[in-house]
Amino acid sequence: MLRRTLLATAAAGLGLMATAAASAAAGMDHVKACFVYVGPIGDGGWTFQHHQGALAVKEAYGDKVEVQWQESVPEGADAERVLTQMALGGCNIIFTTSFGYMDATNAVAAKFPNVMFEHATGYKREHPNVSTYNARFYEGRAVVGTIAGRMTKTNKIGYIASFPIPEVIMGINSYYLHAKKVNPDVQLSVVWAFTWFDPAKEADAAKALIDQGVDVITAHTDSTAPLAELAKTPGLVGFGQASDMEAYKPLPRVSSIIDNWAPYYVKRVGELLDGTYAQTDAWEGIAGGEVKIGEITDAVPPEVKAEAEALRDAIAAGTYHPFTGPINKQDGTPWLAEGQVAPDGDLLGMNFFVEGITGAIPN
Amino acid sequence: MDFGAINPVVLVASLMVAAVPIMLAAIGELVVEKAGVLNLGVEGMMIMGAICGFIVAVRTGSPLAGFAGGALGGAVLSAIFAFLTQFLLANQVATGLALTLFGLGLSALMGQGYNGIKPPVTGPVPFGPLADIPVLGRILFSHDWMVYGSVLVVAAVWWVLTRTRTGLIIRAVGESHDAAHALGYKVNRIRLGCILFGGAMAGLGGAYISLVRVPQWVDGITAGAGWIALAIVVFASWKPWRVLVGAYLFGGITVLQLNLQAAGSTIPVEYLSMSPYLVTILVLVLMSSGRGRAGLNAPAALGQNFHAAR
Amino acid sequence: MLALEKRPNPSRFWLYATPVVAVALTMVAGGVMFAILGKNPFEVVRTIFWVPLFGEFAWYLRGQLLVKAGPLILIAVGLSLGFRAGIWNIGAEGQYIMGAIFGAAVGLAVFPTENRLIFPVMILAGLFGGWIWAMIPAILKTRFNTNEILVSLMLVYVAQTILAMASTNFLRNPEGSGFPGSRNFSSYPAASNPELIAGTGIHWGVVTAVFVVVAAHVLLQRHLLGFQIKLAGQAPRAARFHGVSPNRLVVLCMGVSGALAGVAGLFEVTGPAGQISIDFNVGYGFTAIIVAFLGRLNPVGILFAGLLMALTYIGGEMAATNLGLPSAAIQAFQGMLLFFLLAVDVMTNYRIRFAAMGAR
Repeated sequence: MLRRTLLATAAAGLGLMATAAASAAAGMDHVKACFVYVGPIGDGGWTFQHHQGALAVKEAYGDKVEVQWQESVPEGADAERVLTQMALGGCNIIFTTSFGYMDATNAVAAKFPNVMFEHATGYKREHPNVSTYNARFYEGRAVVGTIAGRMTKTNKIGYIASFPIPEVIMGINSYYLHAKKVNPDVQLSVVWAFTWFDPAKEADAAKALIDQGVDVITAHTDSTAPLAELAKTPGLVGFGQASDMEAYKPLPRVSSIIDNWAPYYVKRVGELLDGTYAQTDAWEGIAGGEVKIGEITDAVPPEVKAEAEALRDAIAAGTYHPFTGPINKQDGTPWLAEGQVAPDGDLLGMNFFVEGITGAIPN
Repeated sequence: MDFGAINPVVLVASLMVAAVPIMLAAIGELVVEKAGVLNLGVEGMMIMGAICGFIVAVRTGSPLAGFAGGALGGAVLSAIFAFLTQFLLANQVATGLALTLFGLGLSALMGQGYNGIKPPVTGPVPFGPLADIPVLGRILFSHDWMVYGSVLVVAAVWWVLTRTRTGLIIRAVGESHDAAHALGYKVNRIRLGCILFGGAMAGLGGAYISLVRVPQWVDGITAGAGWIALAIVVFASWKPWRVLVGAYLFGGITVLQLNLQAAGSTIPVEYLSMSPYLVTILVLVLMSSGRGRAGLNAPAALGQNFHAAR
Repeated sequence: MLALEKRPNPSRFWLYATPVVAVALTMVAGGVMFAILGKNPFEVVRTIFWVPLFGEFAWYLRGQLLVKAGPLILIAVGLSLGFRAGIWNIGAEGQYIMGAIFGAAVGLAVFPTENRLIFPVMILAGLFGGWIWAMIPAILKTRFNTNEILVSLMLVYVAQTILAMASTNFLRNPEGSGFPGSRNFSSYPAASNPELIAGTGIHWGVVTAVFVVVAAHVLLQRHLLGFQIKLAGQAPRAARFHGVSPNRLVVLCMGVSGALAGVAGLFEVTGPAGQISIDFNVGYGFTAIIVAFLGRLNPVGILFAGLLMALTYIGGEMAATNLGLPSAAIQAFQGMLLFFLLAVDVMTNYRIRFAAMGAR
C-alpha cells in the first residue's frame, strides 16, 4: 500500500499525472501503444498473433502512433516491473496479453490512473483505467467440431489440451458437443500435455492419439507439431490453432481457428486518438472478427463445408449460440434447459465436462 | 496398471523415435564426461543444432545436409566452451550454463524468418518386404535412418571407449589428467576433441527435433531436452549401452503416459505426467542400491580443469 | 605462442580488475552484435548498464534490482556451500517451487485470520518445503548412493507438475471463479511480504539475502564446519581423516541449500509475485547456479554477481522495450557477458607469457 502511494506521488512529481483523466475524452494527437508478451514473437502461435495485432495498429495510424513491445515477460514480479517501466516511459495504453498478468496489471494501473491498461483473458477490472478483452474461441471450436464429427471415419476424435483451466475446458466441450451433434457415435479422447509449449511433447501426444485410432485432432497448444505428426499418415485431419498454419493445407489442415486481435487493437487505439475511449469488458467472437475461421480446404466434402460455414454464419449473426440447452453435465445433472443459452459467467468459470465425454478433468 | 487398448508394438515403435534426440545428446555428453569434462550446455548446443540443421535443410532441400549442418552448429558452439575451459581454464559448470543461455538467444536470432516453414521430409528407410513382417516389421524396419544411426553411434562409442586405444586414452584423461599428462598425452587436445564430438552429437539430436520430430522451427523448440540428456548420462552411470536403456526408458514412459491418457486410463493425469521423472529416479535407485557402488562410476577428474605445470 | 603460467598467489589487482575488463569486452562484442542487428550500439549498451542505475527512472529501477537480485543471491549462497564440498544440487528450482507452495499453503489455510505469527510460521513452512524437497536426493544419496544431480534435476519437473496442480486445484482462489492461481497475498496483510521501506524494493527476502551472505561468510572463515566443507571439496581423503562424515555433509549442504531456495520461493510468492500460479517459477534456481560460480563460490562475490545479473535483466528489458531489440539478443548478450567474465578470470590465477613455438 505504502509503495503505491509513494509511486503515485513520485509520478505526479514528474508531471506524468499532470493531465487528468479528461485527456482521454479530449482525444490525443499521438498515442504510444505498448504490448507485453508472455512468449517470444517467434512462437508461431499466441504471441505471434498478438504481435500481428500490434503491427496492424502501426499500419492503421502510421505516424500518429508509436508501438513498443516486450517479449517473454514472466508473469508475476517481472510483469509488474515491465508495466511500471512502460508507464513511466510514457506509454498511453498498455496491452497485457496473458492471463497471468492480471494482478500485476491492476496493481500498476492503480499507480498510473492516466495510462489505459488492457488485459487479455482476465476478469479483474479494479480501476477505471483497466479494461479486459477476450475472444470467444469456443465459437471456433464449434465450427471445427462440426467438421471433425463429419470427417472422422473411426468415430474417434482427439483433443490435445494444455492445462485444466476454464478456457480449455470450454473449448473441449464446444468441440465435442458439435461433433456429437452431427455424428452421435463420436467419441472424444483428451490428452493433457501440462504445457503450453513443448513441440516434441505435442507431437508425441498427437502420435499417442493416432495410435489409439483417432483420426481427427485439434490442439489447444500452440505449435504446429500436431499437424506435422498428422501429416505423416495420409488421410488424417487436423486444424490450425492460433495462426492459420497454411503450410499444412489441404490435408491434414482442413481449416483453422485464427486468433485475430488486430480489429480490437486498432479500435481501442483509435478510440484513444479520437477521444471516445471508455472502460470495457470485451468478449468478441466470430462476429467481432476476433476469431476467424481459416479457409476450409477442398479435402472437406462440399456439403460439410457448407454446413460448417452455415454454422459459422449463424454464430456471427447471433442467431445461434454454441452452448444452447438442453445440455447436461458429465455426471448427468442438468446444466442448461431446453433453449437456454449459457450465461457468460458459467462459461468463464467452466470446470466440468458435458455429458458424454469420458475421462476426468485433472484436479 | 490398466494398459487397456494400448498396442505394445506401436508403443515400442513410437518410443524408438521419441528417444532419438536425448539419446544422441546423451551419448555425446557421455564421451565428454568420460574425458573428465562436465559440459552443462547440452540444451544450448541442441538448439543451435536444431536451427542450423533447419536452415541448411531448408536452403539446400536436403535433410542429409541439414543433419550435417546441425552437427556442425552444435560443434561450433561447443568450441566456445572448449576454448574457455581448456585454454582459459574457466569454470566448467558456469561456462556450460552460459553456453545454454547464449545458444537459446543466438538460435532465436538466427531463426527469425524461419517460422512456419516446412522442412524437407526425412522418410523411412525402404526395407521393402521386411517392413511388412508382423510385429518385428513395425518395430525394427519402419523408421527413418537417424533412428538406426543413433543406435549405431551408441555402439560405436561403446566400441571405441572399451575396445580401442583411443578409448583407453580418453578414459585415462578423465580418470587422472596428471597421470595421462605424465605419460605424454596432450590432455587439453584430447578433451577438445571430445567436447567437439559432444557438441556435434547434441547438434544432431537438436536437428532431429526440428527436422523429424516436430518438423518446424519455433523459438525454444528443444524445450528442455538437453537437461534430460544430462540426466540420462548420470542414469547410465557413464556406460554407453545404458544410455540407450535410459533414453528408451524415459522416452518410453513419456509415450506410454500419453497413450494411457489417450486410451482413457483411470489413473489421474497429473501422476501420469510426473511418471517419466519418478520412474527414472526409481530405476536409478534400484540400480545403484543393487550394485552398491554404481553411483561411484563417475570419472574421477570430472569437472576439474587441467593446466600443465611443466 | 601464448602460454599461461600459474601465479604463486592470486593477483589482488586482477581479482578486482577482471569484472571491469570483462564488462568492457562485452560492451565491445555486444556492440558489434547490436550494430549487426541495425541498432545504435552505444545507445543499447548505455541503456543496459547506465539507465537502470542513473537514468531518469533510476529511483524506481534501483529498488527493482534488489527485488531481482534477492532470490538469486539467497539461492546461490546456499548452493555455493554444497558446490564447495562437491555436492551437486542442480534442483534449486524445484526446491524454490516447493518452498513457495508449502509456505503459501500454510498462509492460505488460515485465511483470513489476522495474527502476527502467521508470516513467521509461513517462513518456517517455506524453509521446510525446500528442505524436504532437497532431502529426497540427499537421503537417496546417503542411503542408496544415487547420484544427486539426476534426482534433484528430475524433481524440478515433478515440482512443476505439483505447482500446476496447486494453482488449478488445491490452492486455487475460491473466489477466482474457476480461473487458475491462488489468492493474491497483497490483499492478505498478515501473510504478505510487502516492501519494507517504500520505493527501495527491499522486502524481507532481500534482508534475509544480506543476512545469509554475512552468515555464510562467517561460517566459511571462522567456523569448523566451514573448514570441513572447504576441505571436503579440495581433499576428500584428507577430510575423511579429519573425521568429516561425508554423509553428514551431504545432508547438511543439501538441506541448507534446499531450505534457502525454499524460503526464497516463499518470499517471492508472498511479495513480488503475489500468488501461486502455473508459471510462478521463472528460472531463479538455474540462474543462481551461474551466480554462485560467477561469485567464485564466495558469499561476498555472490552478492555482487547477483546484482550484476539483475542489472543485465533489467537493463536488457529496457533496451528491448525502448529500442525494439528482440529479447533473444539480450539473452545472447547475457551469455557473452558470462563468457567474458569466466574467460578473463584466468588472469587472477595465471599470467600470460609469450613462449617460443613448440616450447611445450
